[in-house]
Amino acid sequence: MNIHEYQAKGILKSYGVTIQEGIVADTPERALEAARTLNADTGTSWYVVKAQIHAGGRGKGKVRETDSNGVVLAKSLNEVAPKAEKILGGTLVTHQTGPEGKKVNKVLIAQDVYYPGESEPKEYYMSILLDRAKASNVIMASTEGGMDIEEVAAHTPEKIIKEWIDPSVGLQPFQARKVAFKLGLEGNALKEMVKFIHSLYNAFIGSDSTMFEINPVLKTSDNKILAVDAKVNLDDNALFRHKDLAELRDISEEDPLEVEAGVAGLNYVKLDGNVGCMVNGAGLAMATMDIIKLSGGEPANFLDVGGGANAKTVEAGFRIILKDPNVKAILINIFGGIVRCDRVATGVVEAYKNIGEIKVPIIVRLQGTNAEEGAKIIAESGLKVFPAIVLKDAATKVKEVLA
Amino acid sequence: MSVLVNKNSKVIVQGFTGTEGSFHAQQMIEYGTNVVGGVTPGKGGQKHLDKPIFNSVEEAVQTTGADVSIIFVPPAFAADAIMEAADAGIKVIVAITEGIPVKDMMTAKNYIKNKKVTLIGPNCPGVITPGEAKVGIMPGFVFKKGRVGVVSKSGTLTYEAADQIVKAGLGISTAIGIGGDPIIGTPTKEAVELLMNDPETDAIVMIGEIGGNYEALASEYIKSTGNKKPVVGFIAGQTAPPGRRMGHAGAIIGGADDTAAAKMKIMEACGIHVVQSPADIGETLAKVLKK
Repeated sequence: MNIHEYQAKGILKSYGVTIQEGIVADTPERALEAARTLNADTGTSWYVVKAQIHAGGRGKGKVRETDSNGVVLAKSLNEVAPKAEKILGGTLVTHQTGPEGKKVNKVLIAQDVYYPGESEPKEYYMSILLDRAKASNVIMASTEGGMDIEEVAAHTPEKIIKEWIDPSVGLQPFQARKVAFKLGLEGNALKEMVKFIHSLYNAFIGSDSTMFEINPVLKTSDNKILAVDAKVNLDDNALFRHKDLAELRDISEEDPLEVEAGVAGLNYVKLDGNVGCMVNGAGLAMATMDIIKLSGGEPANFLDVGGGANAKTVEAGFRIILKDPNVKAILINIFGGIVRCDRVATGVVEAYKNIGEIKVPIIVRLQGTNAEEGAKIIAESGLKVFPAIVLKDAATKVKEVLA
Repeated sequence: MSVLVNKNSKVIVQGFTGTEGSFHAQQMIEYGTNVVGGVTPGKGGQKHLDKPIFNSVEEAVQTTGADVSIIFVPPAFAADAIMEAADAGIKVIVAITEGIPVKDMMTAKNYIKNKKVTLIGPNCPGVITPGEAKVGIMPGFVFKKGRVGVVSKSGTLTYEAADQIVKAGLGISTAIGIGGDPIIGTPTKEAVELLMNDPETDAIVMIGEIGGNYEALASEYIKSTGNKKPVVGFIAGQTAPPGRRMGHAGAIIGGADDTAAAKMKIMEACGIHVVQSPADIGETLAKVLKK
């Protein structure tokens, strides 16, 4: 599960990670109020207004309606409300949102941390994530703060520092020191960075996260280490033991159809194509999407009805797929194991009746347990459904209906 | 011979009396798997499906001599169940449970690292040696005995592949569903290696999906054996958008190397017969074996 920057920083702070302080606001008035509070608490007189959406690239991104950037600096209290107004309610388009952009419902008003002082402020990169192959977490750090780590990895891989954490003992002090030294820090900044890394790791473990990306980590001009941005990905499978974190979910950031599917117990991901599909099993669902593509179509979605496919889930699946106006055909691909094909067939027939007229052609491919009984039910129902038994037939049928 | 499980395997079911455990234990018994009992803490001494229930895996092993365990324990307790089985001396653990937290699996995998045990899964359909033992949730009738080994991350896609293999006039030696989670006990390479060394397996079907580098590692291994057995490969998720989770927690395209296209390219370079369409697995295999 993805969360907003302000929520991520909240988690970090609760574990003692030093952060760029800020207050979230959902109106220009509240933004000004937040700035005043921040001024009183931190003494800052410049304020960073940061759009809160689940996507990166906000600083360079533009709000379509106002042409404002997604992250802007207000150099006085007077500038805060007008600058927030240009972002709030707008559609922010960044290289990660795609051309449709994302609506901004909240802004984070944050303190200015790039103030001048005894030394130059410097940005670093730091992340913690799972290394699947080693089945352990790895800390990645780089002196190239503020840049996309993919860019750094592609052009200057030697600048990426990696430190794997042995899961049986966790992060050790020498490891945090190693990373801090390799980043070229010294004196108080070094000590602060070691503390920062420890707190960050504790937050990662404590929140059952699968990814932390702090970009940039800032060394301020007075040698403090701060998380200026924070991207946190929580392990969905562990949310059952973090009720407080589960509440951070912002469904306005998610596709409404995906939310609806989740409620119905379906695993649905909306895509941009013209052929909808409904499949049991994640691997077969991806394979079915590939078949659609190879047949000249584009998958409109990923939809796994899971092991318990029945009349109810099939109907819910139909309704969700049909809400997508781009869908020109639907391919149902069920390999019956525990799921019986005759039940799925009955589900298709019932869903058809309940929904009323379905205008797009439907190809139903049933294989495995009771496949023949299922095919019979479909054939006898008199519905305009194209049956298929083997996967190849299904692919050919998709080609035919799209032609 | 076959690998991992056979007619001599003595199987216990952890999470025996739960809905899933009961249903699939019954199915396995009907298939002919030698299920010798089950474990449900607190219900020891009772009987279920005519088999004894034990309070701990240790007790089950001591009493029945079980060497294989299949786990249906709910996600919050499944990693503990894996470690308990390993501690009790179980040789092959098949974890079916879906939705185990990553952190728990990291602990479990680390715990079993130096023990003589093979973990299959979690979040997998299990292992089947047709005609001998089904330790999983797959529909047994799809899998006919033969000499083709199957390694797959996905459940229904494994059934699909098995069905095509059988329709092509061939059969399966052992099918291993390795699971779709980010951390699994036996990655693709290790599973392929088992089949590569199995005298009863002549060819291998390797089915992967987007995410991770398991298929790449397996491909390099296959090449290093001098491609001594033909391998047919497929990667699901050619059309998956980057950064989105496609059902399986492991199925997210991260960098440039774990897209379907990148994996397929590596596989081809290592001498694997890669099929673009999942509908062509059976036919391609038959062609390759005729050569």
